[in-house]
Amino acid sequence: MAQSREKHKIKQHIIEEWTGKIFTSLCIVLLVVTIFSLVYFVATKGISSFFKDGISLGEILGTQWKPDGEPPLYGALPFIVGSFSTSILAALISAPLSICAALFMVEIMPKIGRKYLQPTIELLAGIPSVVYGFVGLSVIVPLYRDIFPGQGLGIAAGASVLSIMILPTMTSIATDALAALPSGLKEGSYALGATRWQTIYRLVIPTTLPALMTGVVLGMARAFGEALAVQMVIGNAPHIPHSLFESASTLTSAITLSMGNTVMGSTQNNVLWTLALILMLMTFVFVFIVRLLERRANR
Amino acid sequence: MKKSLMLVMTLILSFALAACGQSGASNNKANEGAANSGANGTTNNTANGGDGATSELSGSILAVGSSALQPLVDQVSKEFMDQNPKVSIQVQGGGSGTGLTQVSGGQADIGNSDVFAEEKLEADQAAELKDHQVAVVAMAAVVNPDVAIDNLTKDQLVQIFTGKVTNWKDVGGPNQAIQIVNRPSSSGTRATFEKYALGTKTDDLPGAIQEDSSGTVKKLVGETPGAIGYLALSYLDESVKTVKYEGVDATVDNVANGTYPVWAYEHMYTKGEPNEVAKAFLDYMVSEAVQNDQGDVVELGYIPISKMQVTRDADGNITK
Repeated sequence: MAQSREKHKIKQHIIEEWTGKIFTSLCIVLLVVTIFSLVYFVATKGISSFFKDGISLGEILGTQWKPDGEPPLYGALPFIVGSFSTSILAALISAPLSICAALFMVEIMPKIGRKYLQPTIELLAGIPSVVYGFVGLSVIVPLYRDIFPGQGLGIAAGASVLSIMILPTMTSIATDALAALPSGLKEGSYALGATRWQTIYRLVIPTTLPALMTGVVLGMARAFGEALAVQMVIGNAPHIPHSLFESASTLTSAITLSMGNTVMGSTQNNVLWTLALILMLMTFVFVFIVRLLERRANR
Repeated sequence: MKKSLMLVMTLILSFALAACGQSGASNNKANEGAANSGANGTTNNTANGGDGATSELSGSILAVGSSALQPLVDQVSKEFMDQNPKVSIQVQGGGSGTGLTQVSGGQADIGNSDVFAEEKLEADQAAELKDHQVAVVAMAAVVNPDVAIDNLTKDQLVQIFTGKVTNWKDVGGPNQAIQIVNRPSSSGTRATFEKYALGTKTDDLPGAIQEDSSGTVKKLVGETPGAIGYLALSYLDESVKTVKYEGVDATVDNVANGTYPVWAYEHMYTKGEPNEVAKAFLDYMVSEAVQNDQGDVVELGYIPISKMQVTRDADGNITK
């Protein structure tokens, strides 16, 4: 009797162990399968425009986007230029703001910063992108239209909206990076008689720079992939604009505008998948850069 | 301190949720009432149709496609489901291209489209699809209210949308630059406007704005100085100025009697003959109850198919 009960006990213990193991490995397998099938799906769809429709890479990198023209032209360079310029400009606006905000919250007013300011900034991350787009269309576009030549829509409006959207990502990563700095370093600097500003720009920023850059790159990656808010304020003309206030397009806005209106398997639809493939590859590049920076930060 | 704060927050949240729930419930009730009265009205109208036959229907339909047609199909499908409780109809957007692809591939029972299938699909694929025209949508050119122009000819519109005329003074308006607010080149609305108002395909001009949603187009035309765009009749109001086309007002009557040419059918395609449930639903879509002056078609700003005194085929030939 006693023996069998003991056996039973051991069994249950092992069962628990195994259910846990199987459940967690199923989860990870599901994740990996999802990611790989997604990559496979987008890649096969994306390269079909090269093999099935006979479009060369040079054509995709052309400057003329005329899918209905005679002959049809599928030059996606205006979208690529638009995507890069909006996300880089957004990061340029947002990076100094977020790093300074993080410095304030960690170095200057840690108590108030941590307790009230950080949750407030993180609230920004929860606002749906259509709200940003609508605010951009109702406030930023008319403002730019009044101040600058042009219609207000364009890369400048897109970058302004995006810079607010990516602020929380950058700020929270910068805050974590600054807070993780060993206090011994700062105390050493103060002990040598350095003022707070000297400590910040001679010691804190150089030491945490790779981690701060990680935040900037992740923010840029988010800006690069954002579709809805940008589409509402950028104007969507498939041309490389001559100024920041002229209607332009990004990869994401081109895809969302036309994907639903084109028929699966048609050349234009396949080219849109190629744009999606370019977008995905760029995201991989961003992730790769982040990994490199993290490795540098750990050294 | 922290605990009390949490408590207050939780209380506020639960109150807010309760309020939401209540208003949601009362809304549902109101909807049910409306739907019931609608259903009663229709059973009266179709008294001869025989309730016995329709109450037997059961099954599910998936209708996918055009976002311009979606509100109508959505509303009518709800009424249809109230009358036939065993039927479930799912309505999804996604665009005309998606609708045609999915119905052609068999993923959807009904494909909603703003354009004839022949214009998007290969000829052999389009031949398999059966067209059910359920409504008509007409479009009008609109300009910013400050542009002092109330009539544009076909030639003038072509010159504007091809970029040959870039200032309003060349077409009899004020000395002001023209700003085009267009649709993406794949859009059904743009295809209709180009085919029936301009008679030619146009390229995307540098600096032209492109928006997919009618609401955004209206907002931009209303706010941007010197802007021109085009909208379905149901979107027209005081925030934009409607322009006559070749001297003809964009009104429902002018569309119906064929004098105003810028209109298109809203299609619901099935692959081959529809099954029993889909057929009953499509019949209901064109029934008197949906198409009459108090019906959903007029309520949502479409033009009833029964009103049209002219018909048009896929090549654009008009017959009275």
